[in-house]
Amino acid sequence: MELSGAQILVDSLKREGVEYIFGVNGGAAMPIFDALYGETELKLIPMRHEQGASHAADGYARATGDVGVALATSGPGATNLVTGIATAYMDSIPMVAITGQVFTHYIGSDAFQECDVIGVTRPICKHSYLIKDCDEIADVVAEAFHLAKTGKPGPVVIDIAKDAQLHEALFKYPETVDIRSYKPQVHGDPAQIGKAAALIKEAKRPMLYAGGGVVLANASEELRQLTLKTQIPITVTLMGLGAFPETHPLAMEMPGMHGSCCANYAFTDADLVIAIGARFDDRVTGDLNKFAPNAKKIHIDIDASCIGKNVPVDVPIVGDAKKVLTELNKQVGIADIDPWRAQIQEWKQKYPFEYEQKADKVMPQYVIEQIYEHYSDAIVVADVGQHQMWAAQYFKFTEPRQWLNSGGLGTMGFSLPAAIGAQLGCPDKTVVNINGDGSYIMTIQELVPAVTMKLPLKIFIINNMYLGMVRQWQELFHGKRYSAVDYHDNPDFALLAQAFGATGLRVEHTEDVVPALQKAQGITDGPVVIDFIVDEEENVFPMVPAGAGLGDVIRGLS
Amino acid sequence: MNPEERHIFSVLVENRFGVLARVAGLFSGRGFNIDSLNVAETHDSSISQITLVTHGDAQIIEQIYHHLNRLIDVIEVTDLSTAGTHVERELVLIKVATEDPQKRTEVLQVAEVFRGRVIDMKPASLVLEITGDEGKLKAAIDIFNTYGILELARTGKIAMLRGSDF
Repeated sequence: MELSGAQILVDSLKREGVEYIFGVNGGAAMPIFDALYGETELKLIPMRHEQGASHAADGYARATGDVGVALATSGPGATNLVTGIATAYMDSIPMVAITGQVFTHYIGSDAFQECDVIGVTRPICKHSYLIKDCDEIADVVAEAFHLAKTGKPGPVVIDIAKDAQLHEALFKYPETVDIRSYKPQVHGDPAQIGKAAALIKEAKRPMLYAGGGVVLANASEELRQLTLKTQIPITVTLMGLGAFPETHPLAMEMPGMHGSCCANYAFTDADLVIAIGARFDDRVTGDLNKFAPNAKKIHIDIDASCIGKNVPVDVPIVGDAKKVLTELNKQVGIADIDPWRAQIQEWKQKYPFEYEQKADKVMPQYVIEQIYEHYSDAIVVADVGQHQMWAAQYFKFTEPRQWLNSGGLGTMGFSLPAAIGAQLGCPDKTVVNINGDGSYIMTIQELVPAVTMKLPLKIFIINNMYLGMVRQWQELFHGKRYSAVDYHDNPDFALLAQAFGATGLRVEHTEDVVPALQKAQGITDGPVVIDFIVDEEENVFPMVPAGAGLGDVIRGLS
Repeated sequence: MNPEERHIFSVLVENRFGVLARVAGLFSGRGFNIDSLNVAETHDSSISQITLVTHGDAQIIEQIYHHLNRLIDVIEVTDLSTAGTHVERELVLIKVATEDPQKRTEVLQVAEVFRGRVIDMKPASLVLEITGDEGKLKAAIDIFNTYGILELARTGKIAMLRGSDF
């Protein structure tokens, strides 16, 4: 029996095991939404803005490891997806973004709601397809999912002309996918792994530096084995938090601009850096000329173009982190580095993350500490800014996929829709959204579907009435000229939450923080928003100023 | 600053629309340079060959190699400048002014030196076809410039490894 292209698409998504599709309806995608109507196996989640749909698909993918799916119409629907696609691309998140396109005969004519989506998204997706013929749909979906989740994962865009959605064809889903031009190298070169093991044996001041690639490769277990077997101190980046438990004595916590002094000093003094699924990002390395100047570097990454991009590498190993670490673990033993371990412990004890409790102020760090006390097992979805750094510093993550944030693109507005995706993907987990007052209002409209679906999200706003991270830079580097960062004119978020149909609470005193968090624990029939009114001018420290070396970290203002 | 080198990449790609844009976008998006570019279908109609000349220091050349490989539609990338010895050719069409019969004779003689072929002749001009490597074409163009070039069209470089160097 012949099916419409839209129906073939829906059946193909079901064959891929898709549970949820996040979308906003519109003209050129109507046949697809029509095919989803009444569908129970593949649930359509209507969002309020296409950006929300793309972040929700992304959050679902980050929390579950499965491919997230977003759907939008042509033109403005598609361009609204762009921020979410770029966000997923920068963090290598498996996602398929489907857009409706105008009828084939209108393509290129500047038709109503027409946009060259393939052109617009070319630099921000792993691959893309324009489908003009419904015969192609099943094969393209199979390829797109294969590409999204294998090798270095990433978003794939499928743009489908409306006539291809309407025309009919036989549905035949491919059993296997073989793309002759796409063969990711997953097994590391044994000779290179041998060289790495030899370097690890010789090193006197080695350190492990693990990133988001470990989480993506589901290699946390292998990373833990390597760390415990060698007893080498480890720093895990913002994208990798939870890959190794931050509560372990060998954990030096996050490195980089707002990372721990211990991790940054360790880089500066190390004689061997073992990078695993991390990309020597500028926010981690600071001034490259001063970065780990005495260290040989081993770099394990699935993406050959990532190795040697920023930092020269002595032993490159292209491969899947899980497979490479499994082999490496067979060849390493406990490292004979007691003086180095003692040095690390000294730094750890001397320079913990710390803050000063100011009189009559709710300190943002205190709020995070208390969130951790009450929700230590939760999935934490952070937005971008000061609250993100405080959450990374003061919440001690112990499991992979427990911490979701937009690390690469730094997309404000990411977290609320991403939390929706995470909650749907992990219905048995508590999902905590730590947000900022600036980022929250960027995608606040997604509170509507959260209320409609009665999702028990804990939305905690660290509200300092400023675009805080920018204000911090203005304070330090622009003579306190607070240009366009004053958010005192924001609405009352607690009242606004109530208007949306959620529970809204406002906390202005330190003694009210814990009771409010406890109250939120008891609310399970819908989202609860707590607006924590915190010290307005508290800064994130430690801080490595942009362009400085990691050894020049500023520990605090005083 | 490390020394810059010129490299010739031979890139086999799927013969589909949009592939050239992906390759070109890779260069423009990362600030890499394309010195010349030639694209055509191969004897297998599902595959096109791109010959691409670029320059940069060793680190940039390595990045270009890896980024080309990373494109989904790219089947194979060969850096001809390092993979072995290769042969290369370009083709140029030159329209030279020849109002004066004396001048025409001279132009024809010069063309012979470069093994050029006359492919069109009008009373006031003629069109020459010359193939060769970059150095030969430069020499030819320099000479014909003294006679007055009316129009010039030139292909990008095409190249391949010699004999068994593949």
